[in-house]
Amino acid sequence: MTDKIKFKCRNVRVQYGDLEALHGIDIDIADRGVTAFIGPSGCGKSTFLRAFNRMNETIGGAKFSGQILMDGEDIYDPSLDPVLLRARVGMVFQKPNPFPKSIYDNVAYGPRIHGLTETQAELDSLVEKSLRRAGLWEEVKDRLTEQGTDLSGGQQQRLVIARAIAISPEVILMDEPASALDPIATARLEALIEELKTRYCIIIVTHSMAQAARVSDKTAFFYEGDLIEYDDTEKIFTNPDNQRTQDYITGRTG
Amino acid sequence: MEIIQLYTLLLIGVLSIGGFAYNRNVARASVRALRQSGPAETRWHSHPNYHGYLTGWSVALVGFGLFIIFNLVFPNQVALQTVSILLGTSLAGLLVFKKIAPAFPARIYTERFIKTTLLALSGLAILTTFGIVFSLIFESLRFFADVPLFDFLTGLKWSPQTAVRSDQIGSSGAFGAVPVLLGTFIIMAIAIGVAGPVGLMIAIYLSEYASRRMRAIVKPIIEILAGIPTVVFGFFALLTVGPAIRNLTDALGIAVPTQSALSAGVVMGVMIIPLISSLSDDVINAVPRSLRDGAYALGATKSETMKQVIFPSALPGIMAAFLLAISRAIGETMIVVMAAGRAANLTGNPFESVTTVTVQIVALLTGGPEFDSTKTLAAFALGLVLFAITLILNIIALRTVRKYREVSLA
Amino acid sequence: MNVSQHMSDKARKHLKSRYAKERRFRFYGLSAVLFAIASLGWLLLSLFATGLTAFQEHYVTLEAEMTVSAFAPPDQRSVETLRIADYKSIVENAIEAKFPDVRTAGEKDLLFALISESGATDHLRKRVVRNPDIIGSKIVMTVPTSDQVDQLLKGHIDRNVPEARRQISDQQILWLDDLRARGAIKKKFNSILFFNPDSRDPELAGIASAAVGSVMIVIIAFILALPIGVGAAIYLDEFAPRNRLRDWVEININNLAAVPSIIFGLLGLAVFINIFGFQRSIPLVGGMVLALRAFPTIVIATRAALRSVSPAMVDGALSLGASHVQAVFQQKVPQAMPGILTGSIVSMALVLGETAPLLMIGMVAFVTEIPTTVTDPATALPVQIFLWSESPERAWSERTAAAILILLAILMTMNALAIWLRSRLGKRR
Repeated sequence: MTDKIKFKCRNVRVQYGDLEALHGIDIDIADRGVTAFIGPSGCGKSTFLRAFNRMNETIGGAKFSGQILMDGEDIYDPSLDPVLLRARVGMVFQKPNPFPKSIYDNVAYGPRIHGLTETQAELDSLVEKSLRRAGLWEEVKDRLTEQGTDLSGGQQQRLVIARAIAISPEVILMDEPASALDPIATARLEALIEELKTRYCIIIVTHSMAQAARVSDKTAFFYEGDLIEYDDTEKIFTNPDNQRTQDYITGRTG
Repeated sequence: MEIIQLYTLLLIGVLSIGGFAYNRNVARASVRALRQSGPAETRWHSHPNYHGYLTGWSVALVGFGLFIIFNLVFPNQVALQTVSILLGTSLAGLLVFKKIAPAFPARIYTERFIKTTLLALSGLAILTTFGIVFSLIFESLRFFADVPLFDFLTGLKWSPQTAVRSDQIGSSGAFGAVPVLLGTFIIMAIAIGVAGPVGLMIAIYLSEYASRRMRAIVKPIIEILAGIPTVVFGFFALLTVGPAIRNLTDALGIAVPTQSALSAGVVMGVMIIPLISSLSDDVINAVPRSLRDGAYALGATKSETMKQVIFPSALPGIMAAFLLAISRAIGETMIVVMAAGRAANLTGNPFESVTTVTVQIVALLTGGPEFDSTKTLAAFALGLVLFAITLILNIIALRTVRKYREVSLA
Repeated sequence: MNVSQHMSDKARKHLKSRYAKERRFRFYGLSAVLFAIASLGWLLLSLFATGLTAFQEHYVTLEAEMTVSAFAPPDQRSVETLRIADYKSIVENAIEAKFPDVRTAGEKDLLFALISESGATDHLRKRVVRNPDIIGSKIVMTVPTSDQVDQLLKGHIDRNVPEARRQISDQQILWLDDLRARGAIKKKFNSILFFNPDSRDPELAGIASAAVGSVMIVIIAFILALPIGVGAAIYLDEFAPRNRLRDWVEININNLAAVPSIIFGLLGLAVFINIFGFQRSIPLVGGMVLALRAFPTIVIATRAALRSVSPAMVDGALSLGASHVQAVFQQKVPQAMPGILTGSIVSMALVLGETAPLLMIGMVAFVTEIPTTVTDPATALPVQIFLWSESPERAWSERTAAAILILLAILMTMNALAIWLRSRLGKRR
């Protein structure tokens, strides 16, 4: 793990109409490894996650203020193109959302729209590489033309990760990626995250404290739109500074 | 329909309301009497109102039944009809009156009446379809006795007028439906060529690009188009669009008559835009948000998301919308009657005047024809073709559309 | 780092072309919206441009000498004889009195053609029948000008085109200008358009007979279609056993709502007229046919309204010991009423605008009397529009467009009423 900072966030506020969901967050996120956002429902952790690839803008009425610097560059700079940003910051959602296309086309979708490959062979190998990295290749290599939606839930989630990896992102955002999966599929997913963190900056929002403890290097605890505590995962889960964090991780508040 | 029959119906109404009021009051009185006289806590099965309702229903049923029987079997027996209605309804009222008692389940009977009536009303829906199918088939069979089905479907010449005049009923070629079907197809194709892309792009623009305010303004404006009667579109085609196309093509050196497939088709297309745009809008909005999110998160632009992710998964619904639009275009009458002309040209040229199935039905049936002439029966044969085609299109489309909403297709 | 892959020149160029496509796509969308709005605008504009002038008409005021010789001798005067008196000569004399110089028969004919012949004679006939005492006196009458004069005065006929290419001669125009200068010609609100039945003469044609026919048709269709539609919907949603037959009825009703309307006309012709023996051209049959056309849409609207009522309503009633029928009719149906009403009004708007089925059952007759019962021959407003539209003259297309404007105004009012009802009754819930 390097100490290089990927994201510098300063005074980040997000408003939906009159309602402020985030009240000024300051946080630095490391370039490699896994950062986990935890906190009770409605604490703003998902909203914050969606600020990193400007997905909040696809819903009408969300207003952002403050600053998020990615490698020193303001991602909310008007001259910066959200489309390009999202190519660099991938995202995996709560519910697996493969497109109703073949497995191959799902993975090839990103490279195609961004024009990342020139020849069919290049694309084939990119698809294979991505599926391998997502740990799905062995299971699907003989059925690439089948519909992505025909896979099991856990496979769908790994397909979606492969789809994100295929466009060579620098960051992967994961919004409760295991919440729709059974324990076995969850274990596989966590193993995959473990592998991916050497290559990507991963930010994961999770409801499961056990999961945060297992997969993350750093953990941020959010409560009612504020960042309460941010530290090494081990420290948060063994000896937090803040009483509210303590209450949450021991299950006294939910 | 004589005025006396209207009075008879009125009489039945008065009798059933009277029966209702009388027996309800009797039931009420006996409830009260029972409560005062005995200490016994007798519970009435049904509220007195239901004894009244039951009387009213029975009287109306008997009266109306007799009314129908008399009109069908013994017409013009007014005196006899009135007497037997009076007798029959009194008997019905008396029967219920005799039954008034605490244990009598008047409510159960009343509700059975209600349910049966509702059943009969929904049966009317089936009856309507049967009525359509049988009347079309029956008259068409008589037509096909004169003109063989094969000749009708493959004949290249349509000139019903000359066939009648020269007493050559059924002689070869006069009732060949091909030019008529071809004309119908050309106009439909032009209409869909206009309404399809425009309606679809409107739905896409409004659901993906337009601001909420713009949507609130544009949607009702487009709905206005859907509420304009077709005869108005017909007049618009005849008065404005036809001459405009003629002037335009005159400038280009092509001679186009004021009544052409083009002007009728284009105006029909404008009429169909709201049908396609509102159905497509529903279908596009039914695509799960997670798919959009997935595409945006990969850095896809709005149009890429639309074309490559949303459109393919909305395709079945959009196809259904197109099928319904085709069905509407084929069955549309007034625009083509007013703007497409009546000449049965066997042509694929949209600049010529062509005729359609609906135009020919109108032409064959207006002007007080004798009902038995082959000419009139031909209208029913064309109607059968029209009904069969639209039925197939509707059923395929409705199966799909039903998933997205309960449609009001009118 | 793989940053370079998305930040390279190649990627930037690719992005540029992607954005060009995006802009094109968006432009297509906006064009489609504008096309639809422009079409509607063009339609309304052309109707207003053509039809607005029909709401006013030119009248000429003359002094008529009610010469005794034109009428039957006093002892033989009855309504019948008064009706067939020689009004034409009275009118001719009245207009000639304005121009004593006109001598030749040909010129007199041209002069007489300035006023609406039937309009003037009908006017006199009515007044004489109402009050025979005016015979022998001199009366002032204001009667419509002929349609050609009216069109010329409205500027629809160009005075500058060569005489041979217009139906009104230079001499007639001179007379007209003279009459105008003397103040004998006035432009008034065209009440004829609203209160007269159809006529062969455009200046005397009105929509009254068609409007009354339409009202009758809509009322009959409403009385028949509302109970059928609502009843069938309640049965299907609440009481029908969930089985194949119910699905079939449902598909059937949805299909009926999409069957071309002309097919319903054929049904009416084959069943109501040929089998049941009803007369052609009467509003009763028109109403029955259009009731069949309209009830499927009422079924669909009613079912949507019923479904929007929370099932808790019915459960609540059932838990208090109400029967299923009571729960439905006392709780659910009243709650669904706004939706049912709105659907019914919308379907009646559909009925009011329907034309093709009425052509099938012979409601295309030339009706010059206002129908008084539902079994009188009649026509309907949209059919009247269709009939008028077949005459190409400017005077007719002007009136056709005006009739359309009236029809559209009624339809807009009905739809606005439906929207208002929905929002108002919806709020009280």
